[in-house]
Amino acid sequence: MTTEANLLARDDEILKAAEDWRKAGRDVALATVIETWGSAPRPVGSSLVIDGEGNFLGSVSGGCVEGAVVTEALDVIESGKPKTLEFGVADETAWKVGLSCGGTIRVLVEKVE
Amino acid sequence: MKLAILSALNAERAARRPVVVVTNIESGAQRLVLGKDIGGDPLRDVLEKHLRSGKSGTEETPEGKVFLTVHVPAPRLVITGAVHISQALAPMARLLGYDVTIVDPRTAFASAERFPDIRLIAEWPDTALPPLNIDRYTAFVALTHDPKIDDPALRHALASDCFYVGALGSKKTHARRVERLKAQGLSDADLARIHAPIGLSIGAVSPPEIAVSILAEITARLRQAPEPKP
Repeated sequence: MTTEANLLARDDEILKAAEDWRKAGRDVALATVIETWGSAPRPVGSSLVIDGEGNFLGSVSGGCVEGAVVTEALDVIESGKPKTLEFGVADETAWKVGLSCGGTIRVLVEKVE
Repeated sequence: MKLAILSALNAERAARRPVVVVTNIESGAQRLVLGKDIGGDPLRDVLEKHLRSGKSGTEETPEGKVFLTVHVPAPRLVITGAVHISQALAPMARLLGYDVTIVDPRTAFASAERFPDIRLIAEWPDTALPPLNIDRYTAFVALTHDPKIDDPALRHALASDCFYVGALGSKKTHARRVERLKAQGLSDADLARIHAPIGLSIGAVSPPEIAVSILAEITARLRQAPEPKP
């Protein structure tokens, strides 16, 4: 399978997981990249699903900011209110993992109800 | 996101139907617009633009600032003919994001050695093509030069609403093909859908160059044409 096809397959899995987790009674939040500036690692529309225990599937940045998004998602699950987060990914951590992209991303985090 | 919206979204994706989630960034209000309903939506112009490019994005609209999450099925390329051009075309098409399948009943051609990692079906088109469910996000090319294989494959493709149909062969070869297919009951409108000689005219000589010209033409049809009606 191509990289592109893998990414698409992964998107399928993420959205399906969000549905399945919620139907199984778990608290679920969905994070979606809604804007990017510069060469961000994941395109607009990429998503990450998080449950109330902090388990997650998918990616919004290729690994740089997932930890922070998961933490915010737990807040969103608690409050039920959507939140928009902004991250610059040109920091030291990004360099360390090989993402010298210098981009910025905006992420919408919402609860699945 | 409401679970009902998420479930409907997953159902549409699984059925390979295009769909857009419209999220109002200020209010959080959300709705799902099915591909077939876009013509009647107040935001139809921006929705159509995004569906054509396949890209999600933010837009200022009369409804306020909205985020459009665009879900378009992965495009597919069905190649009839495990020939030399296909050896270049298949990996190039995969680089462009196509899910590639090659159909050729001649097992000497359709071999895993010649096409590593490509989905091969060593069957006649009448057997191989119906289960593939060729849809409007599929491009179809016939490259064998053998009417016994290409003609039934083209008949099958033209009975579908795939977005591109191309057939290898000179103008003379194609004229003979059109005569044969007409005799088999295909209409002029059907036959006019066939791009032949195949590919953009770029003076391509080698098989990889011909593959480039074919993929350029397919890309133009995918991105430039208005969305076909579902």
